[in-house]
This record gives sequence, C-alpha cells and structure tokens, in this order.
Amino acid sequence: MAATIIRGATLPDGTRADLKLEGGLIAEVGSIAGASGAETIDADGLIALPGLVDLHTHLREPGYEASETILTGTQAAAAGGYTAVFAMANTYPVADTAGVVEQEARIGRAAGYATVQPIGAVTVGLKGERLAEIGAMAASQANVRVFSDDGFCVFDPLLMRRALEYVKAFDGVVAQHAQEPRLTQGAQMNEGALSGELGLAGWPAVAEESIIARDVLLAEHVGSRLHICHLSTAGSVEVVRWAKARGIAVTAEVTPHHLLLTEDLIAGYDARFKVNPPLRTAEDVQALREAVADGTIDIVATDHAPHPLEAKEVEWDAAANGMVGLESALSVVQAALVEPGHLDWAGVARVMSATPARIGRLAGQGADLVAGVPAELTLVDPAASREFGLGDLRGRSVNSPYLGRTLPGAVVHTFHQGYATVRDGALRPADEIAALAAGSER
Amino acid sequence: MRHLLSTKALTRDEAIGLLDIAEDMAAVQEREVKKLPTLRGKTVVNLFFEDSTRTRISFEAAAKRLSADVINFSAKGSSVSKGESLKDTAQTLQAMGADGVVIRHPASGAPHLLATSGWIDAGVVNAGDGTHEHPTQALLDAFTMRRRIHGAAARGKGLDGIRVVIVGDILHSRVARSNVWLLETLGAETTLVAPPTLVPVDTAGWPAQISHDLDASLAEHPDVVMMLRIQAERMHGAFFPDSREYSRLWGLDDGRFAQLPATTMVMHPGPMNRGLEIAAAAADSPQSTVREQVANGVSVRMAALYLLLSGGLD
Repeated sequence: MAATIIRGATLPDGTRADLKLEGGLIAEVGSIAGASGAETIDADGLIALPGLVDLHTHLREPGYEASETILTGTQAAAAGGYTAVFAMANTYPVADTAGVVEQEARIGRAAGYATVQPIGAVTVGLKGERLAEIGAMAASQANVRVFSDDGFCVFDPLLMRRALEYVKAFDGVVAQHAQEPRLTQGAQMNEGALSGELGLAGWPAVAEESIIARDVLLAEHVGSRLHICHLSTAGSVEVVRWAKARGIAVTAEVTPHHLLLTEDLIAGYDARFKVNPPLRTAEDVQALREAVADGTIDIVATDHAPHPLEAKEVEWDAAANGMVGLESALSVVQAALVEPGHLDWAGVARVMSATPARIGRLAGQGADLVAGVPAELTLVDPAASREFGLGDLRGRSVNSPYLGRTLPGAVVHTFHQGYATVRDGALRPADEIAALAAGSER
Repeated sequence: MRHLLSTKALTRDEAIGLLDIAEDMAAVQEREVKKLPTLRGKTVVNLFFEDSTRTRISFEAAAKRLSADVINFSAKGSSVSKGESLKDTAQTLQAMGADGVVIRHPASGAPHLLATSGWIDAGVVNAGDGTHEHPTQALLDAFTMRRRIHGAAARGKGLDGIRVVIVGDILHSRVARSNVWLLETLGAETTLVAPPTLVPVDTAGWPAQISHDLDASLAEHPDVVMMLRIQAERMHGAFFPDSREYSRLWGLDDGRFAQLPATTMVMHPGPMNRGLEIAAAAADSPQSTVREQVANGVSVRMAALYLLLSGGLD
C-alpha cells in the first residue's frame, strides 16, 4: 500500500503538522517533504483526531439484522469518525459465550471499517440470575474486558458484588446500566412536571442515582473497577463526583443525546425521542456538560441503538427505546461541549478516543498522533455546518433525533489500519474496504 | 377546529363557543324529533382500543343525532388484537373514507399521533388516552356546572370564581387533567384532593391547589365536589392500604355529604363505586348531577363532532 501524506492538519493541541501514514502506522509527524508515489491529502483547516472509540454501540448482529449488521453499523461508525466500537451484548443469541464474541470480532475484522471489540454479558442471557462464562470470553480470541447486561440493570446486589469481584481476575470492568427496576416499572419518560402533564409513567432520577450509589460502594468494598453507562442526571454526577473524591475506581459515560436534548421534545409524542435512560431536563444537561468538563464524567459514548421504522412509528408506550448516534456524535459533541467552551479538541480526543480505549483495555486505539502508533485517525472540518438529514445516516436504521436539525462540523476523512474508510466525506465501498482489511491482516 | 385532542390547547373563546353550540344541541334533545341533518353523508368511526360502553354509546348517539353514519370499531375482536398497528388501522379507516375518528386508547398521546402522523385526513376526537386527557368529559362537566349555575342564561358565560374540588386518583386520571386545564381557562378555582401517592410528583405548573385533607377542603364549602372513580387494584401498587381506609379518608360518605351546603353540586364521571368513593345518599341526592352529566355528554359530543366535521369555529 502506498504512503499517504496528510498536509497541514491541525492536531488536537492546536499545532499544525503533516502526517505520513505508511504500513498501517503513522510513520512520521511534522514537516514532511514530498515523496514520490505518496498520495497527498490537503488537510488545511481540518482537525486530526485519533480515531474515535465508542464504548457503547449496539450492532444488533447476530439476531436483529433488520435493524443493523456488523457491516452497516461499522459503516455508520466510520462515517462518524470512529475506528473502533465496543459491541453491546444484547444480541440473539446473547453474547454470553466465547463463540458469540469471537464470531462478532471476526465478522468485524472481515468487514474492515472499524475494530469491533465485543462486550460480554455479565449474566447468562442477560437474565440477572447467574454469571455468564466471563473467563472464557476474556480468554477467547475476542479478548473481552468489558462486561455488561446493558438494556438491563444487574439489579441483584449479591450478583453485582460477585461480578465486580470476578472480573478482577481478567483486568475486566463491569459496565452497569443503572436502573432500579421496581422504581421504573412501565416507565416512559423522565419523571417530573412534564410526565405528569403528558400522562406518561415517570422514570425518576432516583432510580438511576440509587443504583450508582450502591455500586460505587460495592466497587469500593471489593476493590474493583466499575463503569457507569449513559449517566443522565445531575444527581448521578454528584454521586460519581463523591465516589471519585473517595478514590473509588469508577468511570462514567454520557451519551451525546443527553448532552444536547431535553425532555420537552417529547411533548409531541414523537417516539424518535424515546430512549432509555430518558431525555432529562435542561438543568441535568447543564450538569452533565460541566461534569465532562471537570472530568467527573470520563467519556462520551453513543449508545447507538438502531431500530426499524415499525418500532418507532407507533404510540409512545409501544415504541422501542433508543436512537442511532454514531454518525452524529462528533457534531453533537462539538455543539454541546466545544462551542460552549466546556472542552477543547484535545479534550474531545480524550473523552471520545483515548479514555474509552483505556477503560476497555483496547490496544492499538486511542493513541496520540505521534510517529509509530497505528494509523487510526479521523480528520474533521469544524467550520462545516449542515442540516442533518437521512443522507448523513449510513447504518441500516434511521431513528435519529437530529434529522432536520442544523449541526456543526463534518467528518471528512477516516483512516483505519492505515487505509481510508471515509474519503472526502464519502464512505468507501464495502468490497474495497474488505479487500484492504484482508491485505492488512496478512 | 380540526381536531379535539386536549383541553389544554383550547382558548376561552373556543371552549365557550363549543359549550354554546352544545346548548343549541341540548335544545334539540328536548324536541320530539331529536335528529338534525347536519352531518348527513359523513362517516364517524368510533375507534375504541379500550372497553368503554358508556363513552362509546354517548358518541354514537351524538353522531347519529347529527345524521352521520357511525361505524364502531372495537379493538377486541378486530385485527388489532392480532397485532395490527395503529398506522395500519388508521390507513384502513382512511381507505374507507372516514370523516371523523373518535379514538379511545390506553396509550397517552395515541390520538395526537393519529392526528399528526399523516396516516389519515379525518378529524380526530380524543375520547380518552391513557392517563393524559379526556377532553369531552371535561367539557360536559363544565357544561353541567354552567347550566346548574346560570340556567337558561348560560350562553356566553365561563365559570369565573366557581370553586371546584376534585377528589381521587389524580395521578392516573385523564378526567382530572382535562378538568384542571379547562376549569382554569374558564376562570374557576380548582383544588385537587388525594392521598400523596396518587398525585403526580411535580404539579407546580398545574393551575390547582393540592390538598390531602378532604374534610378541610369540604369545610370551605366549594361550589362543586367532583368524585373520581377509584380502582381498587391500586392498593396492589401500594398507593393506599385498602379500600376501607381509602373510603374513610377520601370518600364522600354520609357524614361528609351532610356537612355540604345544599347548593354544592356533587359530580361523578361514572361509573361509580357506590360505598367506596361515593355514598348512595350523595349519589342519589338532588345535588348529584350524575344523570345530567350523561345527558349533557351527548349534547357536548354533538357540538364537538359538528365543529370538527362542518368546519365551524376556525
């Protein structure tokens, strides 16, 4: 494969440099002389970020291929500037055995758009009854380090304690979907003034905060790593802040939609805005933004959750929870965190690439853009502005809450394993990418 | 008026305009021939995803007295029970040429979805959606209050200064919500009385006082006491210990009824649980408006269908 020279990119720290990609690595960073045979990309005005890493993606394969496949989900990821995604375990069959996680990783490698790192289920079938074969998944070729029953809370406190203890043997982490099930029976939206008016059953903030409080104390007691998925309330921020001050090994994520959207969008009963945990209030959004800025929240993860049209074109109570988010995440982060001054681009690289890779123990991703690291990067035009539309969605499902909304920024190029998955804003074809992926494995 | 989905969206002029048309419809009900030709050739579908014989026959009578053709579509025994979506049902009704759809649905917002989805062109009347709203019930309640207070001089009037106490399961009640908004619009003062478990957690934005003390609220001699139906199953959700305790603390029993001035109206949207939220003496007294509410329901629903299907009050 010929070398690629990226000219005049702005690095996350604000300095400008050329980058030479060769042999799957960033070969050189600095002022690079022209080389014959090298392809040159003019990156004037573009920001180079380490390839984004999503710790929370639903790829739906195996089992729910009508919503998404590993191929289409990683195409959406590449379009959004991602070079690695962690695939949640709620597939069919559930990713609770070595066989399933190895299959997912293998299909991802063959597709070639991004690294697919499977997440293993904590409990068999996500049922919350007994531990899944965590050790087998950790020792498998998929090298699983993150375990989660996402979609369901590991509610039984004894089982949660045991899971936290057990994953220590593999340097693993339990990613908890914090939702007290009894307090959220039939819950449809954030509980507050609006839920009372709309007549939708409330999902109270305390149902999230009480589980987080319990789990940080359990993590402290047994000395384990804990990760909190999609934290959504101001009160949860306070609990995590307290836990970190105590030295508890907890990390927390927030989704782009909880950083930008508020519950009042639900007033028209449009199920595109139905998500779990639900959209909260403007005060919660502000607290979440500030928590990313001060490091209480470690990462932004999409919770990309594709659903077919028929799961959303229904009355609110019957609609599925979830939104697609891979293609829009970076633009939403720019709008919610960068433009208001909560985060600079180095901060974006930290919360969307370096830290998620570190939490998930994913080698070869999230590295600073220096000579010698794998060529996993994305080039973004921060000055772009676009009305987000169906053409921006590259996965199989279109349940985006941003359709019709003007968003800043655009992913122009994405490089994975040294080759471009996105060039000049366009996704490269699946057969070309599969061939490049096969070549880079040799 | 294109649709009637909630009372929250009604202006005072719209609400009073509708109540005035209902007065005209009520006058027709006193004639020997109760039928008007107004909606001849129009088709009204009663689309009921929940059982409610009372509301359905009220709408059916209203539509028939306006000479509309009425189709009753009950979710039970239809393709809906076999999993047909609301979208497909709506498009089926559209293909059959429905002009108006009266929808009762267990999911809050379903009428709103039907009206805004583009699946169907018909005017939509919300006949009760989940725990959201039941606008025609609130309108018939307001109509009943206005008639009792102003008699033949009711036209053009609101309910300014009228004090209304609504008692019962506010949390799950679409009747209470629709009444709260409409009573505010018409100038009445509302107090909601319920155990704290049966009030939404945040009612700061509601134009109503909240009380947990029925005796104190009744001691202020309100103009109207509206008792809501309590579902005994609620005790299983730990909303209250048992029906005896509920009745003792929040029921309109003989003792409480005897304390009320003879001018206080006693209302109930029906069906009543006699001996639970309301004692027989209160339900059957001259102060009770329960049967008037049923009769007025037809007039108010005639007014609503007339406005939606003949394009009035735009």
